[in-house]
Formats: sequence, structure tokens, C-alpha cells
Amino acid sequence: MAEGKIKKVSIVCSKGSLEGIYPALIMANGARMEGIEASLFFTFFGMDAVTKKKMNKIKVATVGNPAMGIPTWIGAIPGMSAMATRMMLKTMDALDIPPIGEFIEMISDAGCKLFACKATVDMFKLSMDDFCPQVEKVLTVGEFYALSAGAEIIFT
Amino acid sequence: MATMKYAGISVEVDDEGYMTDHSQWSEDIAQAIAAEEGIKLTDDHWQVINILHDQMNTKEQLPTIRSLKKLGVETKRLYELFPGGPVKKASRVAGYLKPASCV
Repeated sequence: MAEGKIKKVSIVCSKGSLEGIYPALIMANGARMEGIEASLFFTFFGMDAVTKKKMNKIKVATVGNPAMGIPTWIGAIPGMSAMATRMMLKTMDALDIPPIGEFIEMISDAGCKLFACKATVDMFKLSMDDFCPQVEKVLTVGEFYALSAGAEIIFT
Repeated sequence: MATMKYAGISVEVDDEGYMTDHSQWSEDIAQAIAAEEGIKLTDDHWQVINILHDQMNTKEQLPTIRSLKKLGVETKRLYELFPGGPVKKASRVAGYLKPASCV
């Protein structure tokens, strides 16, 4: 085995769009698949990924997203985001990339620990009851850093 | 490329120890590779290995963690069976190359 192998990662998921959340989840799951210790820390709108009411309604941003390749005014037509999301989820499903709820469960079963950010919890007036059961704890930034000792921190 | 001796048989492997010629694979070799990974094969391990063989024979593709779950192997259990990289290790024991999938 090569020296300097990554042993531990802490991944911060800060965005609440489909294209914002998936990279964090894929990185976390991929870490566990390689035997790397992994934690996921959800903050700001990224927290929607573990909020029961929202986690299965996450959408692709079709407005203000130049990479979509469609003019913003088309992206703003009602239903565009839902349609783009459906198409993307279908493609991902074929590659065995699960929908967010199922993915969170899979990542947790893989041994990755999931945390929510205290500042966001306070700001949005949330409690542990609002989160899916895989969320272990609400952490302060300080606790997050303490827990990430020796880890690579990846911000998405 | 290198040659390793498993269960008294010379086996072709790549730089990371994955078998390059599946036709050389046997259950004894699987036991020996598993032992090298610190795993003692049980019926549950064989269930996973057999699924890998099935999928490779029928779809020419290794199963993902998600598809293994659909076939009855719970993700938690999979990580217990092959700690430190379940699909990778199961694939190595089953005599295939390292999986190239991100999920």
C-alpha cells in the first residue's frame, strides 16, 4: 500500500440542491467503500438532505445554473426543475445511485456518521425530531473540528 | 503483473493482488485470498461470492452495494463480512479485478 493513504475524511454538505447534495453523499459513500473512516456534516441548506420533510423533495436548480445549458427564463417555467430532477434521478437510478433517503440509509449502514450543524439548527428552529434517524447528533463547529482530528475536511 | 501461489496453485494477479484470469479461480484459492485479507469464509461470505459470480456470468458486471441489498445482502452485514472495503474485497476473493464503480 502506498504511503500517505487517506484514512479519515469529514465531508461538509452545505448546499440543498440535488447537484449540491449528491457529490457529498457519493464522496462519503465512496470513502467507506475504500475502508476510509467518514463523517458527514450537514449545514445550511445542505441540511435538507437529512430533514425528513425535505429529503425526498430535493430538486435540481434549473435557474441560475449555467451548466444546465438552458436559458434562465426557460428554467423558470413551472415544472422545469421537477422535470430535470426526474430525468436526472432516472439516469442515476440506472447507475445504482439511490434516491437521497435511501442513499442516506446506505451511507449510515456503511458506518459513516451523520451530523447536523448547530448554527443552522438554531437558525431554522429545528430539533432532532426533524431529522431522519441516521443523524446522530447536532454539533457545534468546534465539536466538528474536534471530531475531524486527523481527517481531510472536504467542503461541498 | 505477478504470479502468486494460492492453495498450491500459481495464479496470475495484478499489482494490487486481483486475479487477472478468472478461469484460474477455485474455492480453495478464494479461501487463501480471503485468509490474506484476514477473512475466514462463512456461508454468508459465500452467499456474496456466489452473487458476484452470478452477476458476472449473466451481466458481465459486478453488483453494487445497492444491488447486493436488493438481492438480500444488507449493507451493514456486507461491511461486517468484508471490513475495509466490501465490494473491493469480495471481488478480490471471488477472483475478479478491482471494481471500477464509484457507488
